[in-house]
Amino acid sequence: MTIALETRGLEKSFGGLRVTRDLSLKVEQGARHALIGPNGAGKTTVINLLTGVLKPNAGRILLEGNDITDLPVHKRVLRGLSRTFQINQLYADLTPLETVGLAVSERLGGGGDWWRRMGTRDDVNQEVAETLGRFHLLDVMNERTATLPYGKQRLLEIAVAIATRPRVLLLDEPAAGVPESERHDILAAVAALPRDVTVLLIEHDMDLVFSFADRISVLVNGAMLVEGPPDEVARDPQVKAVYLGEAAHA
Amino acid sequence: MTTLFTILFDGVAYGMLLFVLACGLAVTLGLMNFVNLAHGAFAMTGGYICAVLVNNQGWPFFAALPLAFVTAALVGVALERTLYRHLYTRSHLDQVLFTIGLTFMSVAAVDYVMGSSRIFIKLPAALEGQFDFFGVGIGRYRLMIIVICGLLTVALQLILAKTRFGSRLRAAVDDPRAASGLGINVPQVFAFTFAFGCGLAGLGGALSAEILGLDPYFPLKFMIYFLIVVTVGGSSSITGPFLASLLLGIGDVAGKYYVPKMGPFVIYTIMIVILIWRPNGLFGRAAAR
Amino acid sequence: MTAASDVSSHAIARARWRPAEIAFWILALSCAFLFPSRYLIMTDILRLALFTLSLDLILGYAGIVSLGHAAFFGVGAYSAGLLALHGIINEPVIALVAAGLVAMVLGFLTSFLVIRGVDLTRLMVTLGIALLLEALAERFSNITGGTDGLQGIEMQPILGLFAFDMFGKTGFFYSLIVLFLLFLLARRIVNSPFGLSLRAIKNNPLRASAIGVPVNRRLIAIYTIAAFYAGIAGALFTQTTALASLDVFAFERSADLMLVLVIGGTGYLYGGLIGAVVFKMLQELFQTITPQYWLFWIGLVLVVMVLVGRERIHRWVLWVPNLVIRQLFGRKAVVAVPESDAP
Ligand SMILES: Nc1ncnc2c1ncn2[C@@H]1O[C@H](COP(=O)(O)OP(=O)(O)O)[C@@H](O)[C@H]1O
Ligand SMILES: [Mg+2]
Repeated sequence: MTIALETRGLEKSFGGLRVTRDLSLKVEQGARHALIGPNGAGKTTVINLLTGVLKPNAGRILLEGNDITDLPVHKRVLRGLSRTFQINQLYADLTPLETVGLAVSERLGGGGDWWRRMGTRDDVNQEVAETLGRFHLLDVMNERTATLPYGKQRLLEIAVAIATRPRVLLLDEPAAGVPESERHDILAAVAALPRDVTVLLIEHDMDLVFSFADRISVLVNGAMLVEGPPDEVARDPQVKAVYLGEAAHA
Repeated sequence: MTTLFTILFDGVAYGMLLFVLACGLAVTLGLMNFVNLAHGAFAMTGGYICAVLVNNQGWPFFAALPLAFVTAALVGVALERTLYRHLYTRSHLDQVLFTIGLTFMSVAAVDYVMGSSRIFIKLPAALEGQFDFFGVGIGRYRLMIIVICGLLTVALQLILAKTRFGSRLRAAVDDPRAASGLGINVPQVFAFTFAFGCGLAGLGGALSAEILGLDPYFPLKFMIYFLIVVTVGGSSSITGPFLASLLLGIGDVAGKYYVPKMGPFVIYTIMIVILIWRPNGLFGRAAAR
Repeated sequence: MTAASDVSSHAIARARWRPAEIAFWILALSCAFLFPSRYLIMTDILRLALFTLSLDLILGYAGIVSLGHAAFFGVGAYSAGLLALHGIINEPVIALVAAGLVAMVLGFLTSFLVIRGVDLTRLMVTLGIALLLEALAERFSNITGGTDGLQGIEMQPILGLFAFDMFGKTGFFYSLIVLFLLFLLARRIVNSPFGLSLRAIKNNPLRASAIGVPVNRRLIAIYTIAAFYAGIAGALFTQTTALASLDVFAFERSADLMLVLVIGGTGYLYGGLIGAVVFKMLQELFQTITPQYWLFWIGLVLVVMVLVGRERIHRWVLWVPNLVIRQLFGRKAVVAVPESDAP
């Protein structure tokens, strides 16, 4: 099996707070890998490090064997690494059509065109229509994003990430905060992600994690506690302790 | 050699004055992340109050100084409670537009009431002239400024480090949310600090009439200097702005002496270079908030 | 209709010319015949409109707040003045473009300073650059004429055909054509993928980079373009008034510019044009009341606009233009500058 995404000895501190500790993680090509852990364990920080939003204090990051540690955010995207955000990061004033259209334009190398009008490239239109359709966004494609229902915004989060055609996709709590009535669409969208895309999923919903993942890593206080297939992790006494402990607090 | 000392002396006096004028702005920017381009208007208020009291009412200079402080602080707190506080959560663009507007209004209003020419405050005879100190000419007035501003700086440092209010303020600067979680009334702390900063600016304005010149355009002319003090010094402590003020004061005096033709060119260049090199200021901490 | 052609037609719709837009330009042109005695002030408005259009490109579209946009205006103004004064380029149109290019080079060089850092740093750096240029112009008064400005600029006929006249008729049509052409270019730019990426950056730079937008490169590009526009506006100023003095760099000019733009509204290109008209009318009005204290009224307008809320003010005061714009775009006309979305 080839490794799609790998970290070696990753370290990150904020002031005196060590949020990522000597993290070495391997995600196999085509895997459905879940990264779980209690709140504040440092999961989002890992994603920020992987995508280049944050710079690690030490350690390396490899995408399909190539060192990407020093690349800026947008270059990693062009190399096939994309993400969604735990808290929606969308363009409030843009429509879903524009949001997805821009992502596709950028990937096809037309994002810097300043003389061509939007909507005049057939390959872009085709793909935008296909993406919007897949995520049930065609009916709202001309609404301002800020006015969309939360569930639709969550779908748009994933749709934009997919529109960059990632080979590795990082999903940061895709179902977080979505009302029960809209949840189904999100879960279906996650389940229907193309098999050739490697997925690293962060999620609190254990049903989703165990139905989706073929491998699970547990992060506690920034360090890797356990890693293995779902049944093994579910039986692990340390993991039970962490999660029972958290349940007792909650 | 003696000119060097004179420049140093004048520069320090100038710098300390700038510090007193600008340190209120450091708090506004550092604590609330609020861009207050109208800070100079409070300084001008103090300056004109002092001028009116001394020149027209015949008050002694030293009696008028505290009143310059109090008036500017009162104006500050009134504006803070009525107008400024609505803008803390607004975009920087709104804050910039609003405070430029206030500045323009203050400039025109003072021009209307007091006339557009530069005014002078009658100084007591004891403060005029120079005396000779080992061959170095020491201006009495500047010496007084160094003494007053030095005392103020020490007092400020003590208030911040030793008093309950100081620790509350520091907590609020470090993390407003955590501070209000600890039961600190952050808006009140801020209002008080804002008023105090305005008062200091007012006092600075009164003291600076003699050195910087006082006319209705004061807030616009010196806006950039106040901003330099804060952005170059960083807004995480008062030591940063203090050092930045001294640097700016000495740099400006020396620049005007040695390369008079370059005008303020040197200062602006240095400022831009520093901001490129360290966007959070020379003495600032990395990315606040 | 397939989904793809649906997508295409909706995407293009934004860039389509609306009847009201065409009416706007016809109205602008007809002013030339309606008010033949007012060419000078109308030219003034056109120049200001172009200058504001430049600010709208960076502030309204890319979200860059600048306190020193007069830097580029001033550089354009002095370039055009010096070119004409020393007979380096006599033909006004070529000189205009040349002056714009000088400003553009300056814009490109300083863009690297401006894209770094947060709003506050940007404010300081833009303000600093304008002040620095003003100080330089003062220092080299043998070249710039210092506080007196450049004296004795004589403009040659445009394209060798149209001489500038004392009523400002030629100047007016010249300015109108330049404004219109540059407006067309700006319109093209903001409706392109590049323009869309700018709006995305303004809305959420974090997300923009997360979909592969090279944020810094785009900001550099638009800042450079905006500098070119401002330079052209400055050059027009010199060419139509035969003046260039230190106050082209003044802070008040940059501040007024922001007021003009926020009066008209940011982010839809017509804000600068409408703002310029309203601003000049306000100026005329206030100057008849108290000519000396114009600054007070500008300040008051700024304060009131911010306190009441720029959007709300627009709905009240500018409801007629807004009605027109709603016609143009079929959506809310005034796009407020949103606060940056905290991650
Ligand atoms: N930019 C930051 N500055 C300082 N501390 C941060 C920052 N981002 C995250 N942290 C801290 O790092 C820890 C881990 O956060 P996060 O990665 O968001 O956890 P998770 O996603 O697992 O809930 C938390 O204690 C959080 O307060
Ligand atoms: Mg998280």
